[in-house]
Amino acid sequence: MNNNALSQPERSKRDFLKILFSGGLIALVGSVLYPIFAYLKPPKQSEVEVSSVKVGKLKDIENESGQIIKFGSKPVILIRTTQGDLRAFSATCTHLDCTVQYRKDMGMIWCACHNGKYDLTGRNVSGPPPRPLTEFRVVVQGEDVFVSKTS
Amino acid sequence: MKTFLQKSYRWVDDRVQLDNLVHFMGKKYVPVHRHSIWYYFGGVSLFLFIIQVVTGIMLLLYYKSGEDAAFESIQYLMSKVEFGWLIRSVHSWAANLFILAAMIHMFSVFFEKAYRRPREITWVTGMLMFFLALGFGFSGYLLPWNELAFFATKVGTDIAGVVPVVGKPLLVFLRGGEEVTGATLSRFFGFHVAVFPGIFTVLLGIHLVLVQRQGISEPLGISHEHGKELKTMPFFPNFLLRDLLLWLLVLNIIAILAVFFPWELGKKADAFASAPAGIKPEWYFMFMFQTLKYIPAKVIFIDGEILGIMFFGVAGLLWLIVPFWDKASARGKQNRLLNYIGLFVVFYIILFTIIGWLA
Repeated sequence: MNNNALSQPERSKRDFLKILFSGGLIALVGSVLYPIFAYLKPPKQSEVEVSSVKVGKLKDIENESGQIIKFGSKPVILIRTTQGDLRAFSATCTHLDCTVQYRKDMGMIWCACHNGKYDLTGRNVSGPPPRPLTEFRVVVQGEDVFVSKTS
Repeated sequence: MKTFLQKSYRWVDDRVQLDNLVHFMGKKYVPVHRHSIWYYFGGVSLFLFIIQVVTGIMLLLYYKSGEDAAFESIQYLMSKVEFGWLIRSVHSWAANLFILAAMIHMFSVFFEKAYRRPREITWVTGMLMFFLALGFGFSGYLLPWNELAFFATKVGTDIAGVVPVVGKPLLVFLRGGEEVTGATLSRFFGFHVAVFPGIFTVLLGIHLVLVQRQGISEPLGISHEHGKELKTMPFFPNFLLRDLLLWLLVLNIIAILAVFFPWELGKKADAFASAPAGIKPEWYFMFMFQTLKYIPAKVIFIDGEILGIMFFGVAGLLWLIVPFWDKASARGKQNRLLNYIGLFVVFYIILFTIIGWLA
């Protein structure tokens, strides 16, 4: 390229073409990438908001037991203590999202993934869990046991 | 920016001797003559294959295999996923254009006799890729698990079952049982997304490396062999830019087709429903399908179907190994007979495809 030989109008024409070309290129790349990224975004799944779940009959739940129940799309653990109290907590470990279980031998809620332990009030007592388990409300109406969100 | 790029280049060059490659690519040229137009179709086929890989992987993110989920997952993709209709339509249209571009590429190579010594392996890998492309088309067609796909697969696998001796086991292998069921769908899914792409990629690698190693073929009679001066054009950047311009054009054609003629999904497959009226195979199977219709049920004592399938099998094999029996082209002589055979094949395919479409 010999810049001295280029007269002024010619250079502006070259600049104009450069802008046109690179602008077109950016538009092309944009119009290809936009649909791709929009496509990769998963569509919103309409989830039914669950506020209360019927677990079953009170007489079917033994003392010193724990069971996982479906609360919408989330697991909830329902515990019946030695005294026969009913308690429910989110069954999702606060450490890294594993699902916890009731251990009769320990009398605790235990997470198998990293040996996290919670007592029967949901408090994190040993191992890696940083926070207590979220508590749910248990309501007994006649024979039936319901679990609902505490709000 | 410039110095950063230079530094990066230097860094890589120190380790893998990029300079040799750059020097080699700088010397790469494309012959310029009356038939140069045909050099573009290999690149177009490559571009369409790349589109298939990209859109195929994207479809995999939402597709669910299995007879209870496949159709519904495509329905969801087409209606709920943003641009899902676009990605699927691009995949379907590009598939058809890919077969078309590969056909044009194949016939142009055939008529230019570019398969002659030393390029026999390039031809054979290309032909195997073409057969694989038909396999891609056949297996991918079933994946949405709709009515048309279901019957196309029934008919196609049934035809394979007619082949003497190996027919029955082949049919069972293809269907994953006696009938077209969810087992067939799982199988075709596996072929379509794993087996075929794997083999195809290896063949494509060989094909492209050979083109680089041997350079681009020059037509008989124009080449150095006849002591004529050959006009050439550098591949970088001249030919490459022309290539890219055509790719852009093809991308636009696909976009137009996908937007104005989005691919239908139709009805979900039902093993106990009658075949819909007017059902047809995909256009690239049409000429074979149509031929089978014209062969009488019994020729002397052989089944017409068997005869047709054997005929296409033998013809395909001869076509695959043409570099090895076309001795004249290998010696640099014109082979008129082969041109006539090629022309006959082209016209036959066009004629029977049209007849099939109008029928």
